[in-house]
Amino acid sequence: MTNKLIVAPAPHVHGSDSTRRIMRDVILALMPAFAVSLWVFGLDVLRVTAIAILSCMLVEWLIQKFLFKEPSTLGNLSAVVTGLLLSFNLPASIPWWIVVIGAVVAIGIAKMSFGGLGKNPFNPALVGRVFLLIAYPVQMTSFPAVERPALDALSGATPLAAVKFGVAADMVPVENLLLGLMPGSLGEVAAVALLAGFVYLLWRKVITWHIPVAVLGTMALFAAVYGAFSFATPHEVFSFTLFHLLAGGAILGAVYMATDYATSPMTTKGAVIYAVGIGVITMCIRLWGAYPEGMSFAILIMNAVTPLLNKYVKPKRFGKK
Amino acid sequence: MENLLLITILTLCVLGVLAAVILYFVAQKFKVEEDPRIDEVEKMLPGANCGGCGFAGCRGMADALVKREDISELFCPVGGGDVMKSCAAYLGKAAPEKEPQVATVRCGGTCSKRTRTSRYDGARSCAVSMGLYVGETDCAFGCLGYGDCVAVCKFGAIRVNPETQIAEVDPDKCTACGACVRACPRHMIEIRKKWPKNRAVYVGCMSKEKGAVVMKACKAGCIGCGKCVKVCPFGAITIEGNLAYIDSQKCKLCRKCVNECPTGAIKLENMEPLPKEPKPAPAAPKQ
Amino acid sequence: MKTFPIGGVHPSENKLSRGVAIERLPLPDQVTIPLAQHIGAPATAQVAKGDKVLTGQLIAAASSFMSANIHSPISGVVTAVEPVLNGQGLRQMMITIKREGDEWLETIDRSPEIKYECNLTPAEIIAKIKEAGVVGMGGATFPTHVKLSVPPGRKAEYLIINGVECEPYLTSDHRTMLERGEELLVGVTILMRTLSVNEAYVGVENNKPDAISHLRELVAGNAHFKGIHITPLKVQYPQGGEKQLIAAVTGRQVPPPPALPIHVGAVVCNASTTVAVYEAVQKNKPLIERVVTLTGKCVKSPKNLLTRMGTPISALIEAAGGVPEELGKVVNGGPMMGRAIVNLQAPVTKGCSGVTLFAEQEALRKEPSACIKCAKCVSACPMGLEPYLLSKYSRKRNWEAMEQNDITSCIECGCCQFTCPANIPLLDYVRQGKQIVMGFIRARDAAEGPKK
Repeated sequence: MTNKLIVAPAPHVHGSDSTRRIMRDVILALMPAFAVSLWVFGLDVLRVTAIAILSCMLVEWLIQKFLFKEPSTLGNLSAVVTGLLLSFNLPASIPWWIVVIGAVVAIGIAKMSFGGLGKNPFNPALVGRVFLLIAYPVQMTSFPAVERPALDALSGATPLAAVKFGVAADMVPVENLLLGLMPGSLGEVAAVALLAGFVYLLWRKVITWHIPVAVLGTMALFAAVYGAFSFATPHEVFSFTLFHLLAGGAILGAVYMATDYATSPMTTKGAVIYAVGIGVITMCIRLWGAYPEGMSFAILIMNAVTPLLNKYVKPKRFGKK
Repeated sequence: MENLLLITILTLCVLGVLAAVILYFVAQKFKVEEDPRIDEVEKMLPGANCGGCGFAGCRGMADALVKREDISELFCPVGGGDVMKSCAAYLGKAAPEKEPQVATVRCGGTCSKRTRTSRYDGARSCAVSMGLYVGETDCAFGCLGYGDCVAVCKFGAIRVNPETQIAEVDPDKCTACGACVRACPRHMIEIRKKWPKNRAVYVGCMSKEKGAVVMKACKAGCIGCGKCVKVCPFGAITIEGNLAYIDSQKCKLCRKCVNECPTGAIKLENMEPLPKEPKPAPAAPKQ
Repeated sequence: MKTFPIGGVHPSENKLSRGVAIERLPLPDQVTIPLAQHIGAPATAQVAKGDKVLTGQLIAAASSFMSANIHSPISGVVTAVEPVLNGQGLRQMMITIKREGDEWLETIDRSPEIKYECNLTPAEIIAKIKEAGVVGMGGATFPTHVKLSVPPGRKAEYLIINGVECEPYLTSDHRTMLERGEELLVGVTILMRTLSVNEAYVGVENNKPDAISHLRELVAGNAHFKGIHITPLKVQYPQGGEKQLIAAVTGRQVPPPPALPIHVGAVVCNASTTVAVYEAVQKNKPLIERVVTLTGKCVKSPKNLLTRMGTPISALIEAAGGVPEELGKVVNGGPMMGRAIVNLQAPVTKGCSGVTLFAEQEALRKEPSACIKCAKCVSACPMGLEPYLLSKYSRKRNWEAMEQNDITSCIECGCCQFTCPANIPLLDYVRQGKQIVMGFIRARDAAEGPKK
């Protein structure tokens, strides 16, 4: 033996998990939805996504190199995930410079100004999206017509917006909602593909089921109760509920945005409270607010509550009454 | 429209008044009667909240300064004599006096003197390493070099020299608050008398092992031979458990011990050593 | 399948030596016996330099109730009673004995036959166990006679034998259950008699189906073993943690410290310890040897070695094929909770269930990165703690906050650090903070003590 012995405290073995592996799994989980989006909206999707990812990576690299003067952590792929999620929240027709501004806000303001990965209180991609939504409302809400033959009546406005302005919820066939044959942001259109990614994330143990199920469950309950008071037939109540679960960014938000590690609570109990909050706020905004879509705001609001939940909601200690 | 405006303004006014009333009563209920001089004294203190005085923060010190009759035991190492004087003058009490002090790292086992026999791969913390084993060198007493002292120093006065892997104190920045002394798991940092021009003589070793064991682990360790004790004219050096200690209160910086030490464990700072032998006559400079 | 209620991880099992029968290691020429090889006060040396001792002779006596006797593992001459470097490179009081032959004390029954009957009273049994210096051999080294002395007002309801061996790599308990199953079960009946319980449960992790079926056959085939149940448990670390095991078998959770298992009526005893109890009570044999697993992926032939206490670890490595070329780390114990050592001359002690060797590449930790708040440490913690928070408080030296967040419950199992995707040394800091907080609590209790 020629080496000096290595000494470290126990444990002497480590699991196979790494930040990079987790981020890679999230990217893989988003791929089905990306493919559907590409099919529905055409090559513009590729353009928006590429710009979003590249500018997010560039902003992070620049800040780490010139402001923080620390080694780059692009290798952990978190900037790619942020870029991908940001692009999923944008319409396919958006000009390239708006995407870049979104990336600067997402990475530069929402992530790096708090110290980088894991320290950001708000979901970076959502901060980017909400900033753009307020700064460029026209570009952010004009959606290209779906390239596939479907839904002529609704092209140009998302189903949620259409319903908000007076169209009945069952106007949009459920198949279209599931397959993404509707106008909308890149990633919010294909419920089936997003759910496939959810199953993949569960299988890889990247996330647990609690937050997505609690968010969607709360929304369903809320919609059903609201529907029961507003509609006559059970069929209408049912289609209203299903519509709210499938339309808009409900699934994208519940599965991929609300579960963001840094901005969601650390304990299961806290996570459920957080998720129920998101569900309630989303439905309130959708039903009574000025915006047709409330997921982004709901998540950001509950992000702000997360530190409080971390402080006061403790896991059940072993053996404690 | 005007009606709406009126209602809005009135509502806001009522809310404002209500909040003010609630706040007033809450403030009354939780009011703490305190000597206003405590605030004043606190302002005079440096506000470093370093804990060097023995209190958790400057507020505690101010409280004690105001309330205690005799403040001769209290001293703010950061502010030093000047701050204590002004506080004492404000309170009309006798100012406590203390000579300036400085933290000293008592280890000379640099990389070249102490060979590394293992590789530590745990958390970069002296306390963690200390809780685990002897350390990367075979010396169980010397500096570990992971910088627990650096982490607690509020004045940026201590750093781990990357070349020697030993902590170093910058005497100009050090306030002798003692945070590093408490943080060092090996208890090898000492608050000592600060000499003018940052001069110092101290034993740079903490090993209480027998000489042979010390020599095996480190070439710069104190082997407890006692030569320094014999040569010291002021009785400032004592040996306990194979380890020499120089009392900075008794030491006069005569430097006789430095030359006597066979291992170089006695450190001399910012001073020239005494000439080894009686000075030979300087040779005539060659042309 | 039964398991504990919260947390846990599943590291690769790597039980390389599971199929290797126990082998007797040749007697060492010299042994060094630490006076402190159990929890509690170190024993007091009863021999001096130059004394001749026989195998099994008392050489250090328990210095208080919470302490244990130590016996000579070989016969020979005491050459020194002085501080010697231990595995961590620190000096520790040890007795050094140079071997001359192997002459046993006459009172020890060395015949291979198994003695089933035991008619001693509980007090007599406990006295014999105390005399033999038996301590928990799973690693915690809690003196067994203390564990069996149920405090007044408490009653033992469950006797649980810990045959879980959830540490990866280690197989010493597994082999003991397979090869010395009958002695183990007699040991269980003795413990049942001591605690006056009629039922006992042997918890075995389900990755040892051969041990489970072997013990079940033995129980079914002998009326003497009535009341002993073999309980298979889910393969999940730390299934063999005392509190986890109690919860898995009985469904009861031991309250946080200072509560002990007896607070929920449970007494847990390790499988190897139970065999030692059998030997102590039925054969008068003190605890002077144990099975040590010498294992690791870089080891030529991983082995289960029946080793006398005090044998240098280097002798075991030699017996398993010598020091591997690429050796990077030597761990006394298993990879999850064992201690890395620097001195290969360090002796095997009562709590040393295995020695695990790692090649340099396996040994080095991965570079830590920023915490991503994934909460995996929180869900992995079997005690329901928040390791990310405790680690942060420890680094900030906020001991009060650590105590408020139940640091004293931490069992240092390592699940948090094992699972952390950012490779943060969570447990390094948590463990260090825990030691400091425990110190504060002890000092506080000592200050409050006299007032009572």
